[in-house]
Amino acid sequence: MAVDVKPDPQSIGENPLIEGLERLPVPATTLTIFGATGDLAHRKLLPALYNLAHEGALPERFNLIGISRREMPDDEFRELARNAIVKYSRRETDPTVLEGLLGRVRYVGFSFDDVASYAKLKKVIEELDEEGGGKLNRAFYLSTAPEFFPVIVGALKEADLNYDADVDVRCIIEKPFGTDLESAVELQAVVEHVFRENQVYRIDHYLGKETVQNVMAFRFANFMFEPVWNRNYIENIQITAAEDIGIGTRAGYYDQAGALRDLVQNHMLQLLTLVCMEPPASFEADKVRDEKVKVLQSITPPTPEEVRECTVRAQYTAGDEGGEDVGGYLQEEGVPDDSRTETYAAIKLEVHNWRWAGVPIYLRTGKRLTRKVTEIAVQLKPVPHLAFQSHGSVGVQPNQLVLTMQPNEGVSLSLGAKIPGSSMRIRPVNMEFLYGSAFMSQSPEAYERLIMDAMRGEATLFTRNDEVIAQWSIIDPILKAWAADDEPLHTYESGTAGPKAADELIAPHKWRGL
Amino acid sequence: MEDLWREDDTTPGAIEAALRRMFVERHKEERAYVPARVMNMVVIADREFRGEVENRLQRVGRFHPSRLLLVLVDPGRTRLAASVRIGTVDAPKSGSISVGRERVSLLVGEKHLKKLDTILDPLVVTDLATMVWSPHGYPEAVDELRQLAQIALLDSQDEQDVERALARADSLSHDTYVVDLAWLRSTPWRERIAAAFDSPRRRPDLKAISAVTVRHREDSLASGVLFCGWLASRLGWEPGALSQGRGKWTGSAHTRRQDIRLTLEPVEMSSPGLAGVTIEMASGQTVSLDRSPGGLRASRRERDGTERAWTVMGASRGEGGILGEGVRQALLRDPTYRPALKSAEAMVV
Repeated sequence: MAVDVKPDPQSIGENPLIEGLERLPVPATTLTIFGATGDLAHRKLLPALYNLAHEGALPERFNLIGISRREMPDDEFRELARNAIVKYSRRETDPTVLEGLLGRVRYVGFSFDDVASYAKLKKVIEELDEEGGGKLNRAFYLSTAPEFFPVIVGALKEADLNYDADVDVRCIIEKPFGTDLESAVELQAVVEHVFRENQVYRIDHYLGKETVQNVMAFRFANFMFEPVWNRNYIENIQITAAEDIGIGTRAGYYDQAGALRDLVQNHMLQLLTLVCMEPPASFEADKVRDEKVKVLQSITPPTPEEVRECTVRAQYTAGDEGGEDVGGYLQEEGVPDDSRTETYAAIKLEVHNWRWAGVPIYLRTGKRLTRKVTEIAVQLKPVPHLAFQSHGSVGVQPNQLVLTMQPNEGVSLSLGAKIPGSSMRIRPVNMEFLYGSAFMSQSPEAYERLIMDAMRGEATLFTRNDEVIAQWSIIDPILKAWAADDEPLHTYESGTAGPKAADELIAPHKWRGL
Repeated sequence: MEDLWREDDTTPGAIEAALRRMFVERHKEERAYVPARVMNMVVIADREFRGEVENRLQRVGRFHPSRLLLVLVDPGRTRLAASVRIGTVDAPKSGSISVGRERVSLLVGEKHLKKLDTILDPLVVTDLATMVWSPHGYPEAVDELRQLAQIALLDSQDEQDVERALARADSLSHDTYVVDLAWLRSTPWRERIAAAFDSPRRRPDLKAISAVTVRHREDSLASGVLFCGWLASRLGWEPGALSQGRGKWTGSAHTRRQDIRLTLEPVEMSSPGLAGVTIEMASGQTVSLDRSPGGLRASRRERDGTERAWTVMGASRGEGGILGEGVRQALLRDPTYRPALKSAEAMVV
């Protein structure tokens, strides 16, 4: 079992100076990134750290250690980091801040499965502690291929790096947390053998997005929607994460993962929980996550027979993308000719509780669809009695509330309105709110928020162990049924809204137009 | 892209009608046009300062207010003149919205300032917060807007007499939420001092502070006093009066257990605000922060005399950034400013 972590520092009394400050102090931390030369580190993590440094948001004492297999001196890694930051930072870099950050960077090269080499890492951490005049908190960020997660976690314990009586030790684990239920449970067993749950921060970067957090603000800061937010008024809910591009150069990863693992198991189920959860008593990590887990546990995983009825998977074929001819998935570089990986997934789920019983929740995601959009569409029931004539107009339509995450974050509510003229004809109009018009500030990247929260020990926007297991419990039967099914895959032409079979899945309802 | 309407000898009603008409036209032409709806900002300045005010506002970048009402005072003018510009900052992009901005420029005489609320009331977007900023005087015009505006933006540094500056901020804070740029210049210092004492090991030291020295640009005394006022209000010190001598302000604050020596020293520096802070503990420990390239230079001397120094990273926001932060802060609420202001006032009486 993992050892006990030290008592909560808050128990010694609040710091009266933090009242009213927007940026709360972050404990001095040495952050170690495993996979520091990888794509995620270069595109997201290093630029996020620079932006935190630029804003003065990093801890007053901060060190970064990069780890990857390649041997190289500190300066060579600093140069790689500099190039990545300059290329991918959301703001122009300030040379003095960038140099300051790079001055805090060290590098250690070793193979993640070389347990003996973790002593080198420990030595560097201790050197940095000594330079800083005392022990700093330790955060280990696992940004490697998932097969190394248990290896690294185990090696951290072997090297006695998983716990320190004087400081907090945290482990940040990138997605995917497992590739199916069994592997997630196995990984969890390794993780909980080494760390306490409150030391573990499982990343689903969607939760770090401002617009995703806004779903909670929309629901729980506005009284007017709560009375209709249930089975009595809502006909169905559609959650869409559509992309207009193909898999690009990610064939190696994508062909192993597929749409279900890539987006549904994590991001889309997270959106579902935010839409369906009960209001938490407070915005504390465990209060929020308790409510999300309740939703996931209220979804009965489908049986193999039900999978046929409640899911559709498909692959894109040749078609158009932005007016250009494009090949199909099987023609993508690196994709095997006989690949049965889905690039489109649609699922019908139901949350079996008093609030949602009988309300179908449809999830769909796909590559090479007509448009890039991530949204939650809540379709309300039609009015019980139609007093208006419908000829000469589309008539009274059920209200629809759409929460859009991207590309234009906002909320849209469709309402019936009278068409000007002598007769009482109705057509739907939209009442729209766009975040971009009401908040001029630029949102920080999701990783900036998440790295800060992890260093501060704030876990609300991270996935808890029971949450991730509950997610896999829903998805695993679908994966198994699909693996056992040798019928030809559905296909859809690139640049279209998806396969026809998805329309049958949702009938008698209809997908909202992309 | 901008639409323009202007009229000499006009009325608030005519300006408001022009605004409405222009929105309809703009939306017909450009479906992606979305009016920004963050806040109204009223700026009062002499006509000759128009360029300077516009330049300063341009540098606030993305924190620009949605509707800007620029009241330009033209001494002796008897008739109201106005121009309205509606446009978007960036050229519209395919598949994206174009967030609009609105600027109403009013040319007024002194006589209009006494009735400024009735002139501006029809021109502000209803239900949006309204902020008033008068960077070059005209306090009487700001006073006329105390009921219309919810926020007053000011810079206590603009007033040479710090006592008068703080008293003015205090007076305005009875009717409006005050955003004081002199206070915002101290924000990074407050954040870092809070962080320096945040670890459980360091937190008890807050009760042992024996002296505070604040180094500031000569004209930024207000920021320094507000910083000391903040410490006093947060840590429960009884503020005592500061006195001026040998170029600096000195005095003390008190707790039941000890006195805390306060010193404010002017130093040469190019940008306004604070240059450094040193906090001493009764045990002889000190914590210092000083401006340096790429952030703040922090140093700490321990009880045993050992010293360590390091850089706390952060880019300077510059004066444009401070004003932008002021606009952004207008829609937030900082519960610590008024208590800090009260303590600061007690220090400069």
